[in-house]
Amino acid sequence: MTTGLSNTWFAERLGDHGIHSQYLEDHHPAHMPCLEIRRLDWAHAAEEAKRLEMRLVGVWAAQAGYHDDQKQLYTYMAFAHPEHRHVILRTTVNIEKLEIPSISSHYISACRMERHIQDMFGITIQNIPDTRLWLKHEHWPEDATPLMHDFDGKISLSSDPNRADIDYDYVPCDSESVYEIPVGPVHAGIIEPGHFRFLAVGEKILNMEERLGYVHKGIEKTMQGRKVDNGLKLAGRVSGDSTVGHSWAFAQACEYAANISIPKRASYIRGILCERERIANHIGDIGAICNDAAFAFMHVQCSRLREDMARLHAQAFGHRLLMDTLKIGGVAYDLSAETCQQLIQQTRHIAAEVERLRDIYADTPSIQQRVIGAGTVNVNDAKDIGLLGYVGRASGHYPDERIEEAYAPYDDLDIPMPQGKLGGVSTRVWVRFEEIANASRMIIQLLETLPEGDIQSEWKAPQAGVSGFTAIESWRGEIAAWVRFGKDGLIDRYFVRDPSTINWLGLELAVRTVPVPDFPLVNKSFNCSYAGNDL
Amino acid sequence: MLRILHQIMKVGTITEPLARNQDFEVLGEQLKSTVKKRFQGSLAIRLVDAGSCNGCELEIHAANNAYYDIERFGVHFTASPRFADMLLVTGPVSINMKTALEMTYDAMPAPKLVVAMGDCAINCGIFGQDNYAIAGSVSDIIPVDTIIHGCPPSPTALIQGILSTLNQPEG
Repeated sequence: MTTGLSNTWFAERLGDHGIHSQYLEDHHPAHMPCLEIRRLDWAHAAEEAKRLEMRLVGVWAAQAGYHDDQKQLYTYMAFAHPEHRHVILRTTVNIEKLEIPSISSHYISACRMERHIQDMFGITIQNIPDTRLWLKHEHWPEDATPLMHDFDGKISLSSDPNRADIDYDYVPCDSESVYEIPVGPVHAGIIEPGHFRFLAVGEKILNMEERLGYVHKGIEKTMQGRKVDNGLKLAGRVSGDSTVGHSWAFAQACEYAANISIPKRASYIRGILCERERIANHIGDIGAICNDAAFAFMHVQCSRLREDMARLHAQAFGHRLLMDTLKIGGVAYDLSAETCQQLIQQTRHIAAEVERLRDIYADTPSIQQRVIGAGTVNVNDAKDIGLLGYVGRASGHYPDERIEEAYAPYDDLDIPMPQGKLGGVSTRVWVRFEEIANASRMIIQLLETLPEGDIQSEWKAPQAGVSGFTAIESWRGEIAAWVRFGKDGLIDRYFVRDPSTINWLGLELAVRTVPVPDFPLVNKSFNCSYAGNDL
Repeated sequence: MLRILHQIMKVGTITEPLARNQDFEVLGEQLKSTVKKRFQGSLAIRLVDAGSCNGCELEIHAANNAYYDIERFGVHFTASPRFADMLLVTGPVSINMKTALEMTYDAMPAPKLVVAMGDCAINCGIFGQDNYAIAGSVSDIIPVDTIIHGCPPSPTALIQGILSTLNQPEG
């Protein structure tokens, strides 16, 4: 890249270890570059990244189809460093021999993403520690590889009758004193589907294994060939509770690819939307966590506040959950001075109410006894997995893209970081309380200093083959999105990594040795998205 | 404890009469009486998310909050299909959830009322019917009594949809 902004730090480090890399000119932005490396350096490069204390952001594959008749197949991996930001590495997969080395021995969180690649592309991941299917459930036809270009994604897959009885190979235990508890996919409450397999000894959980993929909706495949506006609508439904976060990530990846910047006013409104989404979800979850420990008072109070927010959202932005409030190049709704006042007033009011509830929560021994020390993940494990968002922040791992990437409008704000250490339910709740207070201050500041001007930049589709990458700090943590364009400005490939994909691993660790009845409590304190993981 | 009581007193009763929405007073009364007549005053609903984005689930939760308080009509959500009168289904039916949805439906006693909630449940919504991972809309998999439009439907629309299901002639 020619600009002074380009990020050469990782390329230089790789060069020191004999790994040659080449900048791709058709990838943007320059501060989050994409480097082509040789296939034989793949695992070595991951090892170097680990040594440099970078965290793994994602591993994915893409076949060129809408812009390249060669149908070239690539795999990608992205890393981030708190000071040196994001870098993507790419290598070519031999189409005659679909193989790529695993990097799971360096990054444990890579494993499920590699299984995802195996399922969707039929690429063999060499030396992968876990060879089981992941999103592709056992009943699928064995040769179904949905993300390969030649696969017809328009026809509903029918189950292979010969595979109907194959069971997922859960971690077994032969001991007579260990019993298994299968839970799901349909859970007892009003939540998303997924299967949990517990191995328990007496009251205590020995091991809990997640089996996800039940709400897999082929989002990556159905995104291909969509126009950006329609793609944005779909991205906003990757996980309904983080609709602003996912819309922002998709829109910003497209905007980076097209090299357009959005008006300052639009970025401020995006910030307001995203922080309001953060508060609403944190409030809802704090109530639900307390409810799981039979402290119904908090639940009733929190859901009341959440409803107040939803109602003002419907009035100000046309949607209770803030869906479809972003546009490519800007935002869909401008704010009148009157609406700004209403938002300021309500944000202040809610922040004050939450502080009052926080005092009550802190002074109620019955709830404190349940949350303190429950479901802990220690600092080393948190860093090892690369836990994100409030889950990471509760355990001593502190990535926050609002600070590290400092994309607009966060470059104008001072963002305090609640730094937890103990990593239990109570610390996660503490982080969320802190974030509500911080987000409230940010919203008010953004509203009070809202710049005048347009809310929409003109969209100009990039050329075929151009890609953009971004990382957005949604309420759950970093959402990474990578979009590559095909012919006529249509989406060729969309990769998105919800923070849940990584944080689900933390839950498995957190519930070990926890009594079975505490599982819902710990689970809720993580509140990972099933939809965001399953895609 | 005093502070909890103080907070409760300060907020007061916020549950709204549904009368603000034109048809609601009538429908609300009808619901109550229908639930009383047909379901001994208690209508149990089992929710199955067959592939939603979780937006619909947020609004079902909201229908239980103090403003809407769906339980005052005798409507409550149950953990088991074995004693559910109504099945509420959200999302397009993913190929990985099809069997679980069918099993839940089979496990229910008559009258097996089914409500498809949200645009995805009705016609697969933004995810599309021409999608390898989607088995179909809810009515492609199990018989559906009522549909509720919206992405997601508001709590008001949800309550209204449940009412209209019950107010359909028994058959």
